[in-house]
Amino acid sequence: MRPFEYQRPTTTDSALAAIAPGAAFIAGGTNLIDLMKLEVMAPDTVIDISRLGMDGIEEDDGGVRIGATVTNSDLAADRRVRRDYPVLSRALLAGASGQLRNKATTGGNLLQKTRCPYFYDTDTPCNKREPGTGCAAIGGEQRNHAILGTSEHCVALHPSDMAVAMRALDAVVEIRGAGGETREIDLEKFYLLPEDRPQDETVLEPGELIAAARLPAPKGTRQVYRKVRDRASYAFALVSIGAVLEMEAGRISHAAVAFGGIGVKPWRDGAVDDLLTGEEPSEGLFEQAGEVLMRDARPSDGTEFKVGLTQRLLKAVLTEATQ
Amino acid sequence: MSLDLKIDGPDREHRPDHLAQNVLGHEIDRPDGWLKVKGEATYAAETFPEGLVHGILVRAPGIGRVSCANLEDVRNMPEVLAVVRDERLLRNAAQGGANEAPVQGVDTAEYVGQPVALVVAETFEAARHAAVALTVEIDGVEAPVDPEAVVPEEPDNQISTRGDLDGAMRHAPYSIDVVYTTASMNSAAMEPHAATAVWDGEVLTLRGALQMLKFNRNELADSLGLPPERVRILAPYVGGGFGSKLGISADCVAAAVAAMELNRPVRVVQHRRDVFEVNVRRSETRQRIRLACDTQGRLTGLGHEALVSNLPKEEFFEPVLQASYFAYAAANRDLRLKAARINRPATGSVRAPGEAVGVTVFEAAIDELAVKTGIDPIELRLRNIPEKDPDTGVPFSSHRLEATLKDGSERFGWNERDPAPRQRREGEWWIGTGMAAAFRVNMITPAEARITLDGDRATVESDMTDIGTGSYVIFQQIAAEILGLPTGKVDVRLGDTAYPPGSGSGGSFGAASTGTAVWLAGMEIRRALAERLGCDESEMTLRDGYVTHGNRRVPLADLVGGGAFSGHGRVEPGDAQEKVRQATYGAHFAEVGVNDVTGEVRVRRMLGSFSAGRILNPRTARSQCHGGMIWGIGMALTEEMTHDRRDGHVVNRDFAGYHVPVNADVPPLDVYFVEELDDWAGPLQVKGIGELSICGSGGAIFNAIHHACGARLRDFPATPDRVLAALS
Ligand SMILES: Cc1cc2nc3c(=O)[nH]c(=O)nc-3n(C[C@H](O)[C@H](O)[C@H](O)COP(=O)(O)OP(=O)(O)OC[C@H]3O[C@@H](n4cnc5c(N)ncnc54)[C@H](O)[C@@H]3O)c2cc1C
Ligand code: SF4
Repeated sequence: MRPFEYQRPTTTDSALAAIAPGAAFIAGGTNLIDLMKLEVMAPDTVIDISRLGMDGIEEDDGGVRIGATVTNSDLAADRRVRRDYPVLSRALLAGASGQLRNKATTGGNLLQKTRCPYFYDTDTPCNKREPGTGCAAIGGEQRNHAILGTSEHCVALHPSDMAVAMRALDAVVEIRGAGGETREIDLEKFYLLPEDRPQDETVLEPGELIAAARLPAPKGTRQVYRKVRDRASYAFALVSIGAVLEMEAGRISHAAVAFGGIGVKPWRDGAVDDLLTGEEPSEGLFEQAGEVLMRDARPSDGTEFKVGLTQRLLKAVLTEATQ
Repeated sequence: MSLDLKIDGPDREHRPDHLAQNVLGHEIDRPDGWLKVKGEATYAAETFPEGLVHGILVRAPGIGRVSCANLEDVRNMPEVLAVVRDERLLRNAAQGGANEAPVQGVDTAEYVGQPVALVVAETFEAARHAAVALTVEIDGVEAPVDPEAVVPEEPDNQISTRGDLDGAMRHAPYSIDVVYTTASMNSAAMEPHAATAVWDGEVLTLRGALQMLKFNRNELADSLGLPPERVRILAPYVGGGFGSKLGISADCVAAAVAAMELNRPVRVVQHRRDVFEVNVRRSETRQRIRLACDTQGRLTGLGHEALVSNLPKEEFFEPVLQASYFAYAAANRDLRLKAARINRPATGSVRAPGEAVGVTVFEAAIDELAVKTGIDPIELRLRNIPEKDPDTGVPFSSHRLEATLKDGSERFGWNERDPAPRQRREGEWWIGTGMAAAFRVNMITPAEARITLDGDRATVESDMTDIGTGSYVIFQQIAAEILGLPTGKVDVRLGDTAYPPGSGSGGSFGAASTGTAVWLAGMEIRRALAERLGCDESEMTLRDGYVTHGNRRVPLADLVGGGAFSGHGRVEPGDAQEKVRQATYGAHFAEVGVNDVTGEVRVRRMLGSFSAGRILNPRTARSQCHGGMIWGIGMALTEEMTHDRRDGHVVNRDFAGYHVPVNADVPPLDVYFVEELDDWAGPLQVKGIGELSICGSGGAIFNAIHHACGARLRDFPATPDRVLAALS
């Protein structure tokens, strides 16, 4: 670990003032500290944002506003969340372990790094870690890798469960800029595709801080989160699906289906939602949705199985949500 | 003086049953248990001698000649004390029982991940940072890393043929010819390998995470070029080993070399990533099983061919066929082991080397034959229990397979099972059950121990280790029984080469070997006490600190008087090894659910019935069996070291990527012991237990998967992608 300076400001303004090139915010530290030990990330200054008062969950115009440092455990246990956004609660509880969830925060979860093993191995080339060096995963061992949205420069996956549920819930990210100004951006537009710059993962500008995630009032009461993994707990998703649906008169009136384990970012495909909306649920429809979702999939030999697995899981999730 | 015993024949006296203290066979608490719960049992990295500095191993990023261009720059970094590039550093851990230096050297890396330097600094953090800063350049060479891509060696002593297997296969009414694979696996002990070395100019003292100290001392001395008398190793507590700590590893030599160079105590803790690369792993295997039987299910042909791998210059090859020699008999057989030399991290002994993968696969193949013949899998096995060792023709010392099969089957409710696969469905889940037999060779190895009786307090000493298995408590029980003391009056001191050399922990032989040495040491004291009383040892009763002879009863402390009694015991294997075939047996049962949508497999319950000699402490014995059964879950469902196809390096070298079963993967486990007193197992009738329960347990799960969903998986582990492929 490279020597670094540690600061713990108590106001957002002082946190924003402290941030400079080479500095990083730290929230729960469950991802950043691992990366610092391996020197995959090596900030010279670490600014602890846990005392900025960003740990509240508030009523917000029919929805909720979740402070960036609300822990995954607290968020999963929140009464409103469990009642109105059960897909989020379940997604959180399907992630990591109890100990990690007690530390991990909302903002940190959105910004957690990929689990591509080559990214964590500084002895291998990686365009995300060291732009221009190449991608060791391509031609190597892929499993926790994406099949949608990939480029010839990077096939890394966004590993979050929470963010998948938030995608299905149309979350909005509230950002504070270095000058103190606030801007909001749909989670949909928050993440970038890797293309030829896999090192740029989000629209966050240097020095910007995530202040909160906002969820609009729930648009569907039929909420399902399912995660397929290599062991019963404490493993990242091979494939996960968060679905928020509503039914009216036997037809699907709202469909928002998001996917984990397959996309370079928490994945949602408008064409899938559109296909489902207004239709009567049927096996054929769900199969068609799976076909549409995978129309541009680019799997490797290690991730080939995700195509069929996602399609099977999608059918099961949609069946459960429409029953 | 010493009481020595060579095990040449049976012992029908069963003395433990005629002693009075009655502490054997009971669930006595481990004296180290509370210390561990409270964090007071210190492990190898938890001693902090004055002036301690920290070393970090640096790995080779490729295969070929190694150079470090910025060595001097790194030496000049803040707090850095040394960058050690010494030819004595180890290429990889020593094999179990090596007793001499393993392959050494830092100029050439023979696998990716080989340690090529040690960076030492005042603080752990500075050392770690400097280790990253050191650039290791490799002048790369082509090296094979895929066991399937090289022409394997066929060691002569690993081939056994008899009759005409091909003919038997052609003519049999039923036969199967199948190929299974098992994955490269890691011991994944909780405590990472670590060493703290202190050099006083004369003697090197090393706190290590090691299993077999008498060998480790010679290995370390030989590696350093010191006479063994100038090396002392301490390992009073070890946080799991499972074979990976049988031999010294890179941390030990690196810490020692640095301590001698710097004249300061040096601690080297392997990073979890090193643990996956530097120490021996379990070889991946490809196993072809051929079985032929008559209409009654009696085997006429048996073929078991296995391909395993290891690094150049390593002598070990996973002995996959070890139980295939004696488990079942067939007039025509062909057993052969093939060994590929490749440049992946070294392979070596991992819990139940051989049977863990060999029996597991074989028992899955037997299930395939059972399905083909329509004979119940238990019945098929019962019909094929050999009368005598099919390999050598000698009798079995004891053979309790039938008893465990029947016991397990009854307790599990096997008879309620509909043999047809794919019958039970609960929602998305197919439910099924499966079973497998367990076989494991039983061994005893040379071991010594000493007991000192001072008043009515006894102290047991041996360099034997307790790697979490319960050595402390069982030696306490054995000493307490033979000396007639409450267990609280017995102190056990282990894990120090200053004590008599025990067996070490390995091959499940610790309890039988060192336990017998403790017994013999106690017996020597009994005899001395009897002499003082003027009677024969067997005429005297020792209990609760009192000695009774005839109508005379005196406190033991009075009889001992002012001077302490000392007893020394030594056991070694003898002719018994040739006269009989000795093994342990068991039966595994599993119920699984297979998700038809996702291909996920969850074990719903597991039961094991085992015969493993006299059970000294049911709690620690059961706990060993739980561990083995859970390892079976790991082997069957989750554990796999992934090697990069280009350079063989371990891709998933941490616990987020290498999936050992977690609590949620482990259902209720039931363990039962079938009584067995094997006369050939020495005066205590104790046999090995720690490994038996992993042998075959994964096979029971695989067989249950087939019964649940009708798909036959042949590649371990059955991850969701593989199950889905098999389902469709
Ligand atoms: C073994 C293991 C298993 C795991 N399994 C799962 C799993 O199954 N599913 C899953 O979803 N996750 C899993 N995780 C990941 C875990 O959810 C993340 O590590 C966690 O959510 C990160 O949150 P944190 O607060 O600890 O972030 P930190 O480690 O503190 O920060 C992560 C990154 O975000 C930045 N950051 C943090 N907060 C802000 C902010 N407010 N504004 C701007 N930048 C910020 C930091 O600078 C850093 O770059 C696992 C992690 C581990 C170690
Ligand atoms: S997939 Fe992306 S993160 Fe992984 S090695 Fe390639 S560039 Fe790096």
